[in-house]
Amino acid sequence: MKSLGPVLTVVAALLALWYAAAVVMNAQWTYDQAERAGTEVTLSELLADTMTQRRPKLPAPHQVLSELKKTVIDTKVTSKRSLVYQASITLGATLTGFLTGTLLGIALAVAVVRSRVMELSVTPWAIISQTIPIVALAPMIVVLSSRIGIEGRLIPKTVIAAYLSYFPVFVSMVKGLRSPDAMQLDLLRTYGAAPGQVFRKLRLPASLPYFFAAMKISMAASLVGVIVAELPTGAVQGLGSRLLIGSQNGQPLMIWAALVVASALGAGLILMVGLLERLLGRMMGVRA
Amino acid sequence: MASHVIDAAGLNLTFQTGDGPVHALKDVDLGIDRGEFVSFIGPSGCGKTTFLRCIAGLETPTDGSLTVNGVTPDEARRARAYGYVFQAAGLYPWRTIARNVSLPLEIMGFSKAEQAERVERVLALVELEGFGRKFPWQLSGGMQQRASIARALSFDADLLLMDEPFGALDEIVRDRLNEQLLRLWAQTEKTICFVTHSIPEAVYLSTKIVVMSPRPGRITDVIDSPLPKERPLDIRDSAEFIAIAHRVREGLRAGHGDDV
Repeated sequence: MKSLGPVLTVVAALLALWYAAAVVMNAQWTYDQAERAGTEVTLSELLADTMTQRRPKLPAPHQVLSELKKTVIDTKVTSKRSLVYQASITLGATLTGFLTGTLLGIALAVAVVRSRVMELSVTPWAIISQTIPIVALAPMIVVLSSRIGIEGRLIPKTVIAAYLSYFPVFVSMVKGLRSPDAMQLDLLRTYGAAPGQVFRKLRLPASLPYFFAAMKISMAASLVGVIVAELPTGAVQGLGSRLLIGSQNGQPLMIWAALVVASALGAGLILMVGLLERLLGRMMGVRA
Repeated sequence: MASHVIDAAGLNLTFQTGDGPVHALKDVDLGIDRGEFVSFIGPSGCGKTTFLRCIAGLETPTDGSLTVNGVTPDEARRARAYGYVFQAAGLYPWRTIARNVSLPLEIMGFSKAEQAERVERVLALVELEGFGRKFPWQLSGGMQQRASIARALSFDADLLLMDEPFGALDEIVRDRLNEQLLRLWAQTEKTICFVTHSIPEAVYLSTKIVVMSPRPGRITDVIDSPLPKERPLDIRDSAEFIAIAHRVREGLRAGHGDDV
């Protein structure tokens, strides 16, 4: 538990910084109110007021917490006001997008490693695909999918999430599948191994560490993609829509609560990938 | 000369590099008989590893003829005529020792039962009984190299090609492994081609020592060792041993010319 001290110190420092920023950023509104009422504000009044405004520029941590309590614990999970419900919508799309993107990334990497033609023709497009800002692309995909008669939001969200998340997997898997050195490949040649055997017995297992590193990145990318897809075009469900509604209605607490839930969701997902990695690592003799 | 396991005649190999052609092997003539222990010794760039790779079918000579078991190296490779041991053990870190040793057996399609039986047998041969369930990082460098020798032995090829297998190990470990290798050679009656740059190692192990020199890579001397097959480590202090070592050293020096 030696690490507990430093960790708590950092958390405390961040909270202190947050509170200080809340005072500074919300002070103006307090002063304006006082001026309108023709009264003076003392320092203690100022501090108290900046912590409790209904529409602060920057909500204080305890305000976010109480909003979280209200929308996560006190609200029924079937209600649209429940962040648990909204998060589950985002989670579903994140997972389908992540799975699609990961499979696509692996498939492309395998093709590129196996064939020079594929390498020359696919790699540039893969890179170009990532230079297009997703905020520009996302609304187009959403609109287009409803034009061609796709019901619901799951499929466009999946497409956008997959679009973001395939790339890290693709790049890492190409590197991972190529990681065995010449000696390892020569060794298999001396056994007269077929290309498929070289792939299964050497390239694939050798690429696993690269794969897990990539999955963590692409999981996060997938979540970001889904939230971006939920933001525009009047999406009515998901954490992204809470962000949008919060900002349209001037409800910063709603935005911040959704943000906290989104980051918790991301952290949880990446943790799961890490657990899977540990589990597989133990089976494959990674030294503890 | 069909009785030779390996037969090279007028063998040449030129690599085309950015700095022009490199003559890695020039006019190499050599016959190796069944059951011989042949060491190739010489400074780096003399073509000893290249020659071994030619025998393995990993390089293709540009000129001359080379047969292994009477067929081309490529055919011999596909017939699984040899086991190859590299300088690094090259064990898969994600496989246990037993599963590493059974890798060639899996690829060659041996049954599960046969795999298990063979793994046990060759691990005993390299004195690694009981280590099958360990992962490579749990073993010392010398033990890892022994596991890689077991892997090369597992499919019963009559020919063992070894490319500086003990080059990365310290001298104490190397002595022990040399002794073990001799014992293993006597037990299995295999033909062994052994690349090294250590004179004592070459003299201690071999029935035939092939001295090579660089630029162009060629054979400068072939020494048939008069040492008995039974060789305790202290044979290295005998007059005979010292005489052979001296001849190897002379051959290496002559090959170097005014290079050094």
